[in-house]
Amino acid sequence: MLSRIAESLFWIGRYLERAEDTSRLLDVHLQLLLEDPVVDEEAASKALLTVMGVEPEGQTDQASVMRLLGWDQDSHASMVSAFWGARESARRSREIVSTEMWETINTTWNIIQRGHIQRARPAQACQTIRERCAVISGIADSTMSHDQGWQFLVLGRSLERIDMTARMIEAAAYTADSPQAWLTTLRACGAHHAFVRTYRGADSERDAAEFLLLDRLFPRSLLFSLNRAESALINLDVGERRAGFTGDAMRLIGRARAELEYQPLTEILSDLPGRMTALQRTCIEANDAVAQRYFEGANPVTWHAGVR
Amino acid sequence: MSGLFEDYPLAPDKHDEMFAWAADPEEAVRPAYQHLATAVEEVGSEDLQSRSDYLSTNYRDQGVTFDIGGEERPFPLDIMPRIIDAESWAHVEAGVSQRVQALERLLDDIYGAGEIFADNVLPRHVVTSSSHYHRAAFGMTPLNGVRIHVSGIDLIRDGDGDFRVLEDNVRIPSGVSYVLTNRRALSQTLPEVVSTHRIRPVAAYPQRLLAALRAAAPSGVSDPTVVVLTPGPYNSAYFEHSLLARMMGCQLVEGRDLVAQAGRVMIRTTHGLHPVHVIYRRVDDDFLDPVHFRSDSALGCPGLLNAARAGHVTIANAVGNGVADDKLMYTYLPEVIRYYLGEEPILPNVDTWRLEDPAHREEVMDRLHELVVKPVDGAGGKGIVIGPQASPAELEELRRTVQRSPRGWIAQPVVQLSTVPTMIGDTMQPRHVDLRPFAINDGSKVWVLPGGLTRVALGEGELIVNSSRGGGSKDTWVLAGDGRRRRVAARPRPVEQLSEPQVRLQESQVTTAQAEQEQQQQQHQGQEVAPC
Repeated sequence: MLSRIAESLFWIGRYLERAEDTSRLLDVHLQLLLEDPVVDEEAASKALLTVMGVEPEGQTDQASVMRLLGWDQDSHASMVSAFWGARESARRSREIVSTEMWETINTTWNIIQRGHIQRARPAQACQTIRERCAVISGIADSTMSHDQGWQFLVLGRSLERIDMTARMIEAAAYTADSPQAWLTTLRACGAHHAFVRTYRGADSERDAAEFLLLDRLFPRSLLFSLNRAESALINLDVGERRAGFTGDAMRLIGRARAELEYQPLTEILSDLPGRMTALQRTCIEANDAVAQRYFEGANPVTWHAGVR
Repeated sequence: MSGLFEDYPLAPDKHDEMFAWAADPEEAVRPAYQHLATAVEEVGSEDLQSRSDYLSTNYRDQGVTFDIGGEERPFPLDIMPRIIDAESWAHVEAGVSQRVQALERLLDDIYGAGEIFADNVLPRHVVTSSSHYHRAAFGMTPLNGVRIHVSGIDLIRDGDGDFRVLEDNVRIPSGVSYVLTNRRALSQTLPEVVSTHRIRPVAAYPQRLLAALRAAAPSGVSDPTVVVLTPGPYNSAYFEHSLLARMMGCQLVEGRDLVAQAGRVMIRTTHGLHPVHVIYRRVDDDFLDPVHFRSDSALGCPGLLNAARAGHVTIANAVGNGVADDKLMYTYLPEVIRYYLGEEPILPNVDTWRLEDPAHREEVMDRLHELVVKPVDGAGGKGIVIGPQASPAELEELRRTVQRSPRGWIAQPVVQLSTVPTMIGDTMQPRHVDLRPFAINDGSKVWVLPGGLTRVALGEGELIVNSSRGGGSKDTWVLAGDGRRRRVAARPRPVEQLSEPQVRLQESQVTTAQAEQEQQQQQHQGQEVAPC
């Protein structure tokens, strides 16, 4: 597999997951503003933007959140710019990405470009984005060979999911005084239904945190995503593994996973925001390690005339 | 003729491929088009228009595009196909094949012994003054003798309907992807029309190309790795590069993916470097290797040419082919064909004046307003001045430019390109077309793709068909036999009895009984409540 193509697939995975998760966050945020009579719109919007890494400036309200996280192509945290990134990456690797997957990505991009989604009601727009992302990853799973390229796609998707989930949990931890905070986060992760079924209606904050952090079976929990990323890394390795790890990415992800898995919950919860920030940093480092190990060749070489 | 073709304008001095010139157009449909004419009339104008819309949406969704200045634009596909009957095609096929063989011999001679100069058939300065002649390619002899793996010879039909060669493209001819996608799109759009014609298929092109590329591999490599080298996604033909790579199952690489070390070329993969044997390059000579050509090129791979010279990698098409499609060289082609093959050219050239020749130049200068003047190395319709359509100021400007560098220009009479009905709005209008048949040379045979790319100038009276100048394309049907497909009854074959799809049996049995009970329960409750 060409390094450049591997990089493209990795980023398709990341960008699509980012678009999906952002749409979930936005959806829940909007619903929260409607339902909760005591919530302070400005504070909630500011918190959301901060968690997403956007510097809130001036008046922050529903409209500016929708712009910065939704439709503004210049904002790095927006769904549209994430989707644009996915489409550009797919265009660069068109002969590898399956035809059907490319067409789905391209038609979605055409829908966005024509402005239909932007004009729809926000809730419906978020739903459309979420569904299109689900369709694309479904098609990817069923029409691409599960070879190296696909492993890179999964690795990108898992890393992004860890990062985004960590951000959502951090947001919940900051606004823990609101009784709705954990409920909101569960819904943003699409985990509310699964949580209620697993914990039979007991909805203490501790249970919710445990579910989102440590559940081994729910596919959007942190532990599950870490495991998924780890196994993608293992699959990407060739040769026999008898001892230790074979690369910085695997070390970073493995350690983060173990720290989460084998630490008493109380200890984790004692400094939840700090841990989530650390986890986001781990994602950045793991991303760099993967890039260094597998994508380095993708950097352009320049020829300096005269040096022969 | 009724409906669609009601007011279809015809002129005696123009060749329309569907209608012969006659006082009564009812009788005038040429035999190859007769079935098509009735078939589209049956579809009707309104339906045809909605299908035409479907065609363009379909192309946008699939991303069948070309780039102009970084903007992706869909390539307009007209719903009316262009038909070439079997007999005319045989003529074209033979002519293209002859031309490619002559060009191969010519290139071999230019970059080798140079006998054609010694025999005074071709002046040496025509070659050495060409900007596409590369000394770096001198003495490089391809193993299987092929330099022109892929060629696109541009043809037009003149006022009498005869095919003539307009220009040769033996560097990196593009457009074949649209031939493939056009056929697929049109079969989906006009299934009832396509299925009743016998059309020679085009889908074999990628396999043919791959076979020719593999045949060109360096010696001693039994299972060569073939890659397609693209300048990148912002190139106007990127869609084509990715399509060909995908259909041949090859890697699509950019210059930065390649490394040349010790006379060998390798690609950077996630698990280190892997050797490459054949590079189907879609990057111009100038950008291919910064060591030999433009040193600021970011699209090529330093050392590529040295590796090719060492015989460890094959570059297809070969470096330096551009000298053969120089338009000044074009004027010598009839003699070149006679010299190498001892045959008369099957496809004639368009009459051309060499502006570097003082006598020719003088004549052309007097008649500038009625001629077409073209730069010798132009592509994409760039730099062409059509005398009758140019303003006096433009002609004056042109006159000065030509005087300054006469080697860079040729002149041709305005050729009335043939027309084919094209859907404009809700009616059919005649629009000018050309034809680019694609030929693949695998060393033993020159294979010509049946059909090729028909480009159509969408503006009324417009003569430049290039996509960068607002041209579209048409699906090109080469008919087999008389062109009619009749249903052949298949011999009945015994079909094995298969079991039905499985369902959850238990559920379907249980639910009826259970549902009844559940309903009774409700009714019962209802009765109990009622008396209160």
